[in-house]
Amino acid sequence: MSTSALLLMVIVQGSVAAATIYFFLKVLKSPVRHADKESSNHEDRAE
Amino acid sequence: MSKNTEGWGSRVGLILAMAGNAVGLGNFLRFPVQAVQNGGGTFIIPYLVSFLLMGIPLLWVEWAMGRYGGRYGDHSTPFILDNITKKRLWKYFGVFGIFTNLGVMAYYTYIESWTLTYTIKSLKGDFLGMPIDEVGAFFDRYVDLGSAINVPVWALIAFTVTLSLNVYVLSKGLSGGVEKVAKVAMPLLILFGAFLAVMAISLGDTGRCLDCDSHLGLNFLWEPQLDSLTNPKVWLAAAGQIFFTLSVGMGTIQCYSSYLKQKDDIALNAMSAGWMNGFVEIVLGASVVIPIAVGYLGLDWVKENAGFMMAFKTMPFLFDQFGSVVAVLGGVAWFGLLFIAGITSSLAMGTPWMGFVKDEFNWGRKKAALLLGVIIFFLALPTIFFFGKGVFDEYDYWTGTVSLVVFALAEVILFAWVFGMDKGWKEITDGADIQVPRFYRPVIKYVTPLFILIIFSSSLFKPLNGELDDWGDAFSHWTGSSTEQFYFDRGSGQWLKIRIDSDELLQWGGAAAGWQGTGRRMSELEDQGSGRLLDGSGSEIIQRSGWPWANDAIINQIFHINSGVQWYANGKPTNMLFIDLSRFLLIGVFVGIAFMVKVASNRRKKMLHS
Repeated sequence: MSTSALLLMVIVQGSVAAATIYFFLKVLKSPVRHADKESSNHEDRAE
Repeated sequence: MSKNTEGWGSRVGLILAMAGNAVGLGNFLRFPVQAVQNGGGTFIIPYLVSFLLMGIPLLWVEWAMGRYGGRYGDHSTPFILDNITKKRLWKYFGVFGIFTNLGVMAYYTYIESWTLTYTIKSLKGDFLGMPIDEVGAFFDRYVDLGSAINVPVWALIAFTVTLSLNVYVLSKGLSGGVEKVAKVAMPLLILFGAFLAVMAISLGDTGRCLDCDSHLGLNFLWEPQLDSLTNPKVWLAAAGQIFFTLSVGMGTIQCYSSYLKQKDDIALNAMSAGWMNGFVEIVLGASVVIPIAVGYLGLDWVKENAGFMMAFKTMPFLFDQFGSVVAVLGGVAWFGLLFIAGITSSLAMGTPWMGFVKDEFNWGRKKAALLLGVIIFFLALPTIFFFGKGVFDEYDYWTGTVSLVVFALAEVILFAWVFGMDKGWKEITDGADIQVPRFYRPVIKYVTPLFILIIFSSSLFKPLNGELDDWGDAFSHWTGSSTEQFYFDRGSGQWLKIRIDSDELLQWGGAAAGWQGTGRRMSELEDQGSGRLLDGSGSEIIQRSGWPWANDAIINQIFHINSGVQWYANGKPTNMLFIDLSRFLLIGVFVGIAFMVKVASNRRKKMLHS
């Protein structure tokens, strides 16, 4: 591979991977903030 | 109003399901091919710019619309749009958000069933030792391509099994079905993708031909060719890819996010799911098909043959070259990966219908899923039986391409201009776990709609070839002040652009037999007796006024301007007849859903007054 192609690949793939990991970790670390019964709709409808 | 009490079990589950919705076959097949055809490494620059200026804004808009609709108990786009504005016609734009999914799911589940069959066949080692021609022929036999009406028995059985699997998962609901599948499928997909990428990168020079080196494939994909940055065609291709890869303009994102709670974050969730899709596409998708194909077949072969069907007609042969054990592992990883990418998307396509009938007609999950299965089965039959007549591609064109752009344009205008950016911005930033840059406020209002409008208009009126100078030349030709010469090939029914330099003829575009893309002398095309211009197959080439439509321009597709309407030839039905019948069928589906929306709307009014 040429240096310019390798450089572009590493930069782009590295940045995209970093952004993916960053946002996913942020999701995992964000506190669960609500427990209001009013808007809770986690229960599936009974058949 | 709605008794629909579905919901997500966890935030991670939602993000994986949302990423699974976006990650599809296109991440591994469409993206690398688009990159190859549009400047290699440079394609990534307009791609990323489109992601930032159109993809992310559209994701936020759709997530926000969905959560907003969910607040009022609506989980499908007709009534989500109806909540945003009470102008009654908008809900009929929302029909696209169900129609598109039904249409795409019909042919997409068929492809998904191919991947299931190929996974099993790879596991059994059926492709071991098979020459490349035989692999291609196997596919043709599998879909029964040679027959007048394709009746592929095994493909039909595999399709029914795949569809049943989709129906079963959907009948289990969001947290009990879709989310559970996503939580297992997405990590597995990344694992398979990483395994294949390692295979491709470690392949290197195979010595099969002069340019048989997987690194050359990577080099071709990533070599910056900065001159193509000024080519609008590359930008349009990149923007189009962003559309398809993120599954925006379909109504599935709104549906998924409508099950969020009012104070749930959407800004970070959308970013996480969007970038996860980007990771699968740019890091994994770009590192599998092209490098492996170049490694064994060479760069020239790939440049000429890169396309969707490589997945089935070429990849089994390529895996076989690694040796029998790796061939089985690679085949299972590849087709398993495609199956996972497919099913996580097709499940998402089923949910708007499920949400709609549960909200409006109080149907149970099982009934809704079962009827969805029946609709998809019958809707898919024309794509199976008339696969060779172009019906499959027709579904893809109208439901999987045009409808997405129309709906995305409508929804972003509705959100930014009708709902208003003040309220819209509040919806996006409410409960956000990240700081949303204010820069995106004007982007959503002006740049994103303009971006989509340009994509749509350029597809609507696309002239032959669609390059920037073609627009100018086409306009000159249309107004009669042409300096460039557009000709019309009567035989192939398409325009040709011909430039003559001192009797040297350069031609590009069109596919007139025998002289595609080569420099030929005008005199070589002239029939010595009559002085008429003839193409390689003896058909006459004439000068013709008017707009030189590209064959894939939407207007040309609708009215068959170039080819003319011809349903029968020599007493036999032409492909055009089947294509037009499939269009009527799709229009019928759209009208049917619109009718259901009308009935639902009347029911709502009655309930309101009673």
